[in-house]
Amino acid sequence: MKIAVLSGKGGAGKTLVAVNLASAAGRAVYVDCDVEEPNGRLFWKPDDVKEKTVSTLLPTFDKDRCTGCRACVKFCRFHALIYIKEIPQVFSEVCHSCGGCAMVCPEKAISQVKKPVGHVEQGYHGETRVVTGVLNLGEASGVPVIHAALDAVKRAEEPVIVDCPPGSACSAMESISDADYCVLVAEPTAFGFHNFRMVHELVTLLGKPCGVVINKQDAPYAPLEDFCREKNLPILERIPYSPEYARLIADGKILSEENAEARDLFRDLLNKIGGNVG
Amino acid sequence: MKIAIPLDENKKDVCVTFGRAPYFLFSEDGKTEILENPAAQSQGGAGIQAAQFLTDQHTDVLITVRCGQNAADVFQTAGIKIYKAEGTDAAENLSAMAEEKLAELTHFHAGFQGIR
Repeated sequence: MKIAVLSGKGGAGKTLVAVNLASAAGRAVYVDCDVEEPNGRLFWKPDDVKEKTVSTLLPTFDKDRCTGCRACVKFCRFHALIYIKEIPQVFSEVCHSCGGCAMVCPEKAISQVKKPVGHVEQGYHGETRVVTGVLNLGEASGVPVIHAALDAVKRAEEPVIVDCPPGSACSAMESISDADYCVLVAEPTAFGFHNFRMVHELVTLLGKPCGVVINKQDAPYAPLEDFCREKNLPILERIPYSPEYARLIADGKILSEENAEARDLFRDLLNKIGGNVG
Repeated sequence: MKIAIPLDENKKDVCVTFGRAPYFLFSEDGKTEILENPAAQSQGGAGIQAAQFLTDQHTDVLITVRCGQNAADVFQTAGIKIYKAEGTDAAENLSAMAEEKLAELTHFHAGFQGIR
């Protein structure tokens, strides 16, 4: 079973919920797909960490073979290639590494070279396997690293908890591609609600079953409550706005390991989700 | 010297964007020509595609309000100079260019990645 945790808004509590869900599950796999700022590892502090480089392919051009036919430039629908000074050039941040340019080149003047864009770390925290995707600074797209991180857990038999990147664009889509269930973490604020609706639209479009966890709740936020009622969205848990929780989290502690109430809450959440995945 | 200016739908005013301008005005030795921008409807990489178009038209100078970094890289490689457009009228910008009243554009934006 693969459970994805997403929120739209950053700072809503994706990592809090994902880390504690995995902790409550015991033997589980936690995957950090928030590759631009993977911070789940700050809580797990995993042991025995092994790294594997993630690369994408970039075309290079053989000037002696190139006849200037521009078949590659015309083929690239992302317009990542330009023909200038009698040789094609690639804009690496626009290139999607499809390899199509090399296929259409009649002169075989294009070869693909590997370009490292990040790495995947794997380690252990007790029984929990901790997998972290890390994108190199300055890279435009995290999708290849997310893909590699999810690939590393493809055959896992334990429950897999996916900590998604914020937003509802390509990287969030990639992160929930294999998910059986999506947990939407929402803040009871106007901003939180706005972004929550965007991720709700995304998971609905992709046909994923989902439920809501409201984090940092002091009082219910009426528009969010109404929306969930209208859409028949189950509100699975409400995590209180608690100074005690805030202190433990700021200390890099895992709530479920430190606080009995929190442990019960996340075990209850896991049970509820278990009952919803079919 | 061949000068290019991105044009609005009215084929008269300087278009505020470069990559997705509907037309380009080309001016060389007092003769002008207006051509459609093949990149205008492009989903992504419009700046790069438009820069390719201008390079293929053997442009020497571009007058524009703004320009993305990718296109600016192309122009630098191709040796095309970029000047900052003043006001809205394209013809007035050509006169200003002739009188050497336009300044070179030195600040480029990171691109809009398909966001309009």
